[in-house]
Amino acid sequence: MGHKVLMKGNEAIAEAAIKNGCLHFFGYPITPQTEISEYLAKRMPQVGGLCLQAESEVAAINMVMGAAASGSRVMTSSSSPGVSLKSEGISYIVGCDLPCVIVNIQRGGPGLGGIQPSQADYYQATKANGHGDLHLFVVAPASVQEMASLTGLAFDVADKYRTPAMILADGALGQMMEPVNFDIEEKTALPEKTWATNGHGGKRKKNIVNSLYMDPLDLENSIKARFARYDEIKANETRWEEVMVEDADIVMVAYGITSRICKTAINAARAKGIKVGLIRPITLWPFPSAALKKAAETAKHFMVCELNMGQMVDDVKVAIDCARPVSFYGRTGGVMPSAEEVLAEIEKIAGGLTK
Amino acid sequence: MTTKILLAGFGGQGILFAGKQLAKTAMYSDLQVSWLPSYGPEMRGGAANCSVIISDEEIGSPIVTTPDVLIALNLPSFDKFEPTIVPGGLLIADSTLIAKESTRNDIRICRLPATGLAAENKLEGFANVIVLGQLLKQTGLFDYASFLDLMIKGIPASKSALIEKNKRALEIGYTYEV
Amino acid sequence: MIVFDKPKSLSNVPLHYCPGCTHGIVHRLVAEALDALDITDKTVGVAPVGCSVFAYNYFECDMIQAAHGRAPAVATGVKRTHPDSIVFTYQGDGDLAAIGTAETVHSATRGENITIIFINNAIYGMTGGQMAPTTLPGQVTTTSPYGRDPKIQGNPVRVCEMLSTLDGVAYAERVSVDSPKNINHAKKAIRKAFQNQIDGKGFSIIEVLSTCPTNWGMSPADSLEWLRQNMMPHYPLGVYKDIDAKEEN
Repeated sequence: MGHKVLMKGNEAIAEAAIKNGCLHFFGYPITPQTEISEYLAKRMPQVGGLCLQAESEVAAINMVMGAAASGSRVMTSSSSPGVSLKSEGISYIVGCDLPCVIVNIQRGGPGLGGIQPSQADYYQATKANGHGDLHLFVVAPASVQEMASLTGLAFDVADKYRTPAMILADGALGQMMEPVNFDIEEKTALPEKTWATNGHGGKRKKNIVNSLYMDPLDLENSIKARFARYDEIKANETRWEEVMVEDADIVMVAYGITSRICKTAINAARAKGIKVGLIRPITLWPFPSAALKKAAETAKHFMVCELNMGQMVDDVKVAIDCARPVSFYGRTGGVMPSAEEVLAEIEKIAGGLTK
Repeated sequence: MTTKILLAGFGGQGILFAGKQLAKTAMYSDLQVSWLPSYGPEMRGGAANCSVIISDEEIGSPIVTTPDVLIALNLPSFDKFEPTIVPGGLLIADSTLIAKESTRNDIRICRLPATGLAAENKLEGFANVIVLGQLLKQTGLFDYASFLDLMIKGIPASKSALIEKNKRALEIGYTYEV
Repeated sequence: MIVFDKPKSLSNVPLHYCPGCTHGIVHRLVAEALDALDITDKTVGVAPVGCSVFAYNYFECDMIQAAHGRAPAVATGVKRTHPDSIVFTYQGDGDLAAIGTAETVHSATRGENITIIFINNAIYGMTGGQMAPTTLPGQVTTTSPYGRDPKIQGNPVRVCEMLSTLDGVAYAERVSVDSPKNINHAKKAIRKAFQNQIDGKGFSIIEVLSTCPTNWGMSPADSLEWLRQNMMPHYPLGVYKDIDAKEEN
């Protein structure tokens, strides 16, 4: 293990991007993610890279598209309202099968909303971050260490499967500091970008990066080919963490900062003799459905906790085919529940189970 | 063993800096630590607070709602957070700015005129460090010398006056008898 | 002796443009410039949304198809990460001067070392003849059926004039392809716009006054005359900025 540095989650993403060979960043300031831009504005010139502040999130994502099309490892970051602006570009990037990393340090919405931590963009990130049949590879870090390590994963998966990857975190994870080390695991070789538009040099046929198909059959085939890759991502890249699930009567499902609050509540509940565990999706898309389905064989009740009005809860119900009751507890608008609040909810459910 | 510390006051009082010094020292002591600030416009003059959790095991929620230690540097923070201190916990209040006294009898109360001490010693702006000195004394959380050493290492050598002021402020806080 | 040949940088596929449309001429001029400067193998072109959306099929260099209005941002991404490549965008008036105004203005003011070919034909062609940001006062389109009334629909944009005020712009010229003489001049201007990029001089834009016989509802010949009578007075030809000219003075 290398030495640790105390840094903010936002800074950890930025440094991890550089450590993973991303030397190009295009962004636009918005709270609570601006430290990513600020950090990279300082660091990129030191490593021969580029951090460019675009005129808008719309321009930034399209600069990302150009850089990705020409074969560069590239990243942009924003927070909820800014990610909505990027949606158009994200859809084009999917349609062109381009790899890149998009960071969303979520804040409360809709509209200008607020600037405090939120997970209200779960639907957007996992279902429809742009028009068309599409998915992004979505990772949800739960610590500053994971802000760094999952950034590396996001870049690798993006390159391997030619898909944009999203790091979906929130204002608390972006702003908080924890010790982090930047040891990078040994990596398998990634495919060469033979499709990149970087000048054919007279050595190959010209490359076209394009999302337009006038024949519906051609478009359908391109989408089917992409969904075949999505199946590979589902098979190979789904990640989750299980905590005390084996004997749990109640299985909580939570990700990101909320999973941390749940862990504290679970420990307190266990101390009171309540058998409760946690499944923490690390990838939100693909969703760890199989793990949930397996847990449904032994658990009596599922309890989903999110910083929104209930979004991932739908995926949990689908994953377990509604085989067990699924309840929801959440706070929204930038409010974070305390572990005591979550514990009270667990106790309520546990009380119902023993009746 | 887990210690949950809440530092609260006005923006500009060095609340986040003080929390960061605790977090850094915890990291170099091979402990787990999380530092979670309030953020946004309040950083520019309104209320500021930060949660620091120091533990020898994995830290769950990084939000401190029931502090073991509350450092209150203004009256609104005192009013808001003093009732949340866990029984047996510790309150360190800047008595220069908080005239009100705690009526709780289930916590340890340490009233320290940090802002006044800073002014008397021409250390304006270092009340936060004075408070840290007293915190070390009251809790024994970290060794005084290693805490000081780490704090000084974070200051560029070119700012030797700043190093000296931090040193003096920490010492004044540490040696003050409440 | 060959007196007329297809430029090597122009693909061997039929263009989809309407009869009498001047896109074909401008495509040819761009391809001739790529040939003459021998840069096709390191060039990346960015196609817009609009009539020239299929431009990615027509040039023999690497091509990217961008979202509506975003070509200058995409071009920025390519050029900034591959500074040795030659990057151009090919955009119409709706793409460049309406939905993509921010991208146009900011890539210009940043002085991105790219080349922009801007087709101004005062109308939306692909969607079937709607009002463009450059539609003239009084001009009838399907969305200005009583003629563009500046009091209601606002005034048209003069792009070269506007961009010439920006420090990042190296070269801005408005040309026309209505006559052999003007085509010859346009050819020189386009070539200079690419040469500027090779020389690292910064942002170059060539605005080309063009026709749209289909949506103007005129014959190709009448369209050329309409361009001369109506567009040229409102959009005077000429050099609006040239940092070389300054150096010479």
